[in-house]
Amino acid sequence: MTGPKPRQPKPMHLAAHFPGVNNTTVWADPRSGSQIDFGSFEHLARTAERGLFDFFFLAEGLRLREHKGRIHDLDVVGRPESLTVLNALAAVTDRLGLAATVNATFNEPYELARRLATLDHLSGGRAAWNVVTSSDAFTGENFRRGGYLDRAERYTRAAEFVATARELWDSWAPDGTPRPFAHHGRHFDIAGEFTLPRSPQGHPVVIQAGDSDEGREFAASSADVIFTRHGTLDAGRAFYADVKRRLARYGRSPGDLKIMPGVTVVLGDTATEARERAEEIRWQQVSPQTALLTLEQIWGVDLSGYDPDGPLPDVDPVADPQLSQGRTRQGDSVATAEKWRALAQERGLSIRQTVIEAGARQSFVGTPEQVAAELTEFVGRDAADGFILVPHLTPGGLDEFVDRVVPLLQERGAFRTAYEGTTLRSHLGLSDPVWKA
Amino acid sequence: MTSPHGRRRLHLATALDRRSVYDADAYVSAARLAERGALDFVTLDDSLARPGPDALAVLSRLAPATRRVGLVPTVTTTHTEPFHVQAAVATLDWVSRGRAGWRIEVSTTEGEARLFGRRHAAPADALWQEAGEVADVAARLWDSWEDDAEIRDAATGRFVDRDKLHHVDFTGAAFSVKGPSIVPRPPQGHPVRVVDATGRAARAVAARYADVALVRTALPARAAAARAELRAAAEAYGRDPDELRVLAALDVDLGDGEYAAEPGHGGGGPRATPHGPLYRGGPVDLAELIVSWHRDGTVDGFHLTPVEPRRDLERLVNGTVSLLQHRGLFRTFYPGSTLRDHLGLTRPASQYTVAQGAS
Repeated sequence: MTGPKPRQPKPMHLAAHFPGVNNTTVWADPRSGSQIDFGSFEHLARTAERGLFDFFFLAEGLRLREHKGRIHDLDVVGRPESLTVLNALAAVTDRLGLAATVNATFNEPYELARRLATLDHLSGGRAAWNVVTSSDAFTGENFRRGGYLDRAERYTRAAEFVATARELWDSWAPDGTPRPFAHHGRHFDIAGEFTLPRSPQGHPVVIQAGDSDEGREFAASSADVIFTRHGTLDAGRAFYADVKRRLARYGRSPGDLKIMPGVTVVLGDTATEARERAEEIRWQQVSPQTALLTLEQIWGVDLSGYDPDGPLPDVDPVADPQLSQGRTRQGDSVATAEKWRALAQERGLSIRQTVIEAGARQSFVGTPEQVAAELTEFVGRDAADGFILVPHLTPGGLDEFVDRVVPLLQERGAFRTAYEGTTLRSHLGLSDPVWKA
Repeated sequence: MTSPHGRRRLHLATALDRRSVYDADAYVSAARLAERGALDFVTLDDSLARPGPDALAVLSRLAPATRRVGLVPTVTTTHTEPFHVQAAVATLDWVSRGRAGWRIEVSTTEGEARLFGRRHAAPADALWQEAGEVADVAARLWDSWEDDAEIRDAATGRFVDRDKLHHVDFTGAAFSVKGPSIVPRPPQGHPVRVVDATGRAARAVAARYADVALVRTALPARAAAARAELRAAAEAYGRDPDELRVLAALDVDLGDGEYAAEPGHGGGGPRATPHGPLYRGGPVDLAELIVSWHRDGTVDGFHLTPVEPRRDLERLVNGTVSLLQHRGLFRTFYPGSTLRDHLGLTRPASQYTVAQGAS
């Protein structure tokens, strides 16, 4: 970051993730409702809007996960298609941004640009697209294009995809008449006329999730928001500094890309109560079956004979990409196994305890006052521009945060007390993109 | 379907099509008007290559703004991914709580093909062959989650019963899909499929997969013949022909006063135009036409496209439909909550449940 720091506190951005299809969502809790009924989406979105959140965020699924050749049955699986849900949510919200995760590998730019522009029109400028890619031949079996792209190709296709979508969004003349477009690139060779005028916020907001070097570079060149996992203060500050530094290469300034880690929040009336609740939730999230399955994904072998309350296996891991499919793989499995063994050894942990300990994402645990103070500190010290909250319950998982923490953030002057604009870009403090006529 | 009184229910639907409207308000008020008239469903036409928003998105936007009326977007099968299409249609059924339909269309022009750059334009016959495959795999994917697949069995830690989830393993001429769907089985089991069966190329797909077939003709005899042919073909495919509704599709221009059938057009009957059959006259005469075609068993109902969207829909609902309701020929309320209920169509069982039961 260059130049003197502004005295005015940075505004905090908040977003909500709809609890997804993995073991962080505690479906066995009696308060857990349907993950598919529209009422669940409506409740969470209305709560987020009541809390003046910037946006509401949906993940995507393109194939049900399988483990040892069988469909995974331990976690919530199955969900509706994101853009369709968000269009419906546009009817029951007024200001909340509506963000869909949509894969750039198994879609085509013309069709997706059209669907995103439609959401932006129908919602009055609240659409966002979380761009993800896939290298997964397993997922590809559900699609015409089939197959897969290697890692490098995935990102060149995604970058060209986003650039092409922006060409389409810019293609109508300012007077509202369609103009022909033509894009002749490495991945796409298309021409014609787009079917919608420029949308209310110019372009839907582009979000990028992913932490690799390619991912950071892609975000620095093309995204408005980056969704990260770096939630600790030090890791967050390092990531923040790195990503913001990359922007200059693309002629962008630090304010043009908002950094928002996904985090969990557990509240209690006392710090002790909050810690106990957080512990209880982690045990609910990692059942004995889930613990073994997680370990199998790293070890690459059948571990069903092991006791989840016993020690880690002493056999060495083998890399078997076929064992568990349809899920983001954890980097180098041998290195991960070494790390986990060391952790278990050092602290005398069982399999289940190790999975709980090693898999914990950054969380803010404490009284509402403590959490509000900590969130404010993260933003103030440039570890984040805001947060994407990942509740563990559908649909009520956001209620307590909005009722108890948001007012404290507002009292501190750390968070808005009213929406100032109507578009997601205005909530995020992003300027409308220049119209490349 | 035969009612206890021996009279088939009359089905009415209308198009919400309007040129170059991109925000939601006009669509919301039109759909609410159609719902006030208790119409079975509204359609929104779509093409990848002419100005307008994505139809499925617009009808999703309307779902929470309406309560009963069926929502039927056009979705083409030519350049889209079948897996995405079935997921979006199933999701429309979820967000509308069982009111979704899907008007299956193909994209025949080179202009549309250039928007994707993946293949050239193909003849209608080949595209409808492929559309049939898409309809087939969509039904399999909707069935790939049995209705009771989600068990939430805390004792065994299982969220779903994996024996009730099925790979569809579909291999067609143009694509293959492994399955199962990512979307749990939609409320109606199968959202209602609508096919315009006027063209010869679409007829087989309509007979085999459609719940509602549209026939565009100005001549009642031709509509009756098309209906008979579609029902016979459906039966040949092993379907119960009473599970297929055939609606006459007309453009309507109701701007000429209460009774003023245009002279020279067969006493107010529709006439053929280059854009299809057009009815021009008053709302009362349109009611007469509807009654006579329906009473004769010519068709099961009508799909009407207002020429002047706002004016003609208002005249249709407040004039024609009111009159039909007043005479007891059309319902005044929705007795059920799903589009299948309105159409008197049964909710299909999953083909995988059936297959297991038979083995």
